Amino acid sequence: MPIHRERYRRRDGGTDVRGRAWMVICAQGLRALVRKRAFLYLMLVAWIPCLVRAVQIYVSANFPQASFLEISARTFRDFLDQQELFVFFITVYAGSGLIADDIRANALQLYLSRPVTRAQYAAGKVAVLMVALALVTWVPATVLLILQPMFAGNAAFIRHNLFLIPAVAMFSLVEISVGAVTMLALSSLSKSRWFVAVMYAGMAFFTQAVFGATRLATQSTSFSWIALFGNLAQVGDVIFQLKPRYDTPPVVSALVLGSLLALSGIVLARRIRAIEVVT
Amino acid sequence: MTDTPAVAASLDGVSVLFGKQRALSDVSAEFPAGAVGLLGPNGAGKSTMLKALLGLVKPHSGTLKVLGLDVASSPLEIRARIGYMPENDAQIPAMTAVAFVAYCGELSGLPAADAIQRAHEVLYYVGLGEARYRNVETYSTGMKQRIKLAQALVHDPDLLLLDEPTNGMDPKGREEMLALIRDVAHAKQISLILSSHVMPDVETVCDSVVVMNQGTVVMRGPIDTLKGPAGRMFEVRIKGDRAAFVELLRQQAFDSRDGEGDLLRVTLPPDAGADKLFAAAAAVGAQVRHLRPSLPTLEDVFAGAVGEREDRA
Repeated sequence: MPIHRERYRRRDGGTDVRGRAWMVICAQGLRALVRKRAFLYLMLVAWIPCLVRAVQIYVSANFPQASFLEISARTFRDFLDQQELFVFFITVYAGSGLIADDIRANALQLYLSRPVTRAQYAAGKVAVLMVALALVTWVPATVLLILQPMFAGNAAFIRHNLFLIPAVAMFSLVEISVGAVTMLALSSLSKSRWFVAVMYAGMAFFTQAVFGATRLATQSTSFSWIALFGNLAQVGDVIFQLKPRYDTPPVVSALVLGSLLALSGIVLARRIRAIEVVT
Repeated sequence: MTDTPAVAASLDGVSVLFGKQRALSDVSAEFPAGAVGLLGPNGAGKSTMLKALLGLVKPHSGTLKVLGLDVASSPLEIRARIGYMPENDAQIPAMTAVAFVAYCGELSGLPAADAIQRAHEVLYYVGLGEARYRNVETYSTGMKQRIKLAQALVHDPDLLLLDEPTNGMDPKGREEMLALIRDVAHAKQISLILSSHVMPDVETVCDSVVVMNQGTVVMRGPIDTLKGPAGRMFEVRIKGDRAAFVELLRQQAFDSRDGEGDLLRVTLPPDAGADKLFAAAAAVGAQVRHLRPSLPTLEDVFAGAVGEREDRA
């Protein structure tokens, strides 16, 4: 009898298909990411600002003569602003191939011929990017919030700035969601991760450039709603209870980001299909 | 492993439209448990039917049932019990074979530990045991076909949907793949629907067939029944006006088709004997130079079914 006939046996155990597919997809995506050395280096570099801020917190808490390093709510806002660069690079690096690679390899039909809904597939993929982005935004900012009372030996700063805990979480969520969902939608539009990366970079920088041009022409920042980063900055300032930096009403910026999320959702709903229907 | 009902899948008045293109047109068919071939020329609607059974294509009208469950209301439960091997190349990028198959198992609802164990077993079963730590993207065409079968089998489905499983394989690989599929169906008791346009493949593996053409089912039943009793078919070679001979056979309602070389394969009605062929040849001034009883093949059944349909059209 050939070996193969001896190897296969019917299985007696059951299967569990109750909505855990997105977690399987997310876990697999994360495993694939941490196997990439470039991603680990990127993560390492992304945590350097956190290290610097931690030193700042330590010095300001323990050396009164270094008052110029005193921390405030703005310190955390500025930290998350700095992290925007890493958010961009990680979004491009980890997100561009999330769906594009599956389309290239005809993998969508493998997912969707299993007990996996299109929503679970999209949720699993977006979760990969959201976790990766949380590791350079929410996690380090929260670590800094935890370090402050530890270095200071008291919780006075946190008590007076209790809103920072939800603010850090909320702004991180906004920044992560917009980046991840937009990138996922772009990733579903092409078979090439490079093309997707260029599209995302183009979208981010082109809108910023247009905003810059209108700013020069009008001597006003009321067109900041054009730029992705402009809208994030505006909404972030409001979340951190700071004066918005541009003239665009924050509600307009929030609406633009909401529309971008909705549009991305529509794109994903149309593009995540097991078969290409040509009519 | 769950008990498979007597009817593995059924369609009742199913129509599928892609824009104005009608891919399936009011199709009603039953796929009994066991190995069933889904035959038809390219564009007949075979792949669309498989995708409709998986719930990947929403029918315009009609109902589909798989393993006794309604596809419209229980798609996930059905997909958990089905293994699907797509026609074209499909893999999850940048994964080794064992990781890929285990991942597919987990997506089908297997616990992680079970999935990895089953992945190893199934990869050995399909003959990829030695190559299971290689990246799937580096596999040859034949290996890619095998790994597609492995990912379809990993969760031990009750029904396998195989779409052109021998596509692009060399003769030896094709033979091995057919042996595997035959083993799955007959020794492991997994029902399967084998979609193919290669009739010998279907004949090797399947007990019955559903023949499709232009989005409709033109014939179905056990292969042996469809082929009919032996001895009614003859291989004939004549010397003389072949076209006139064929025309005369057609007028007498005898089915004749081109065989190998200059042979004709003629099917006679049950009550007619070979003398009718000599008489027809004589009538057109031709001589019968070769006459031999032949067994009808699935190809003859298919050609008859599709031909009749096209004649009617």
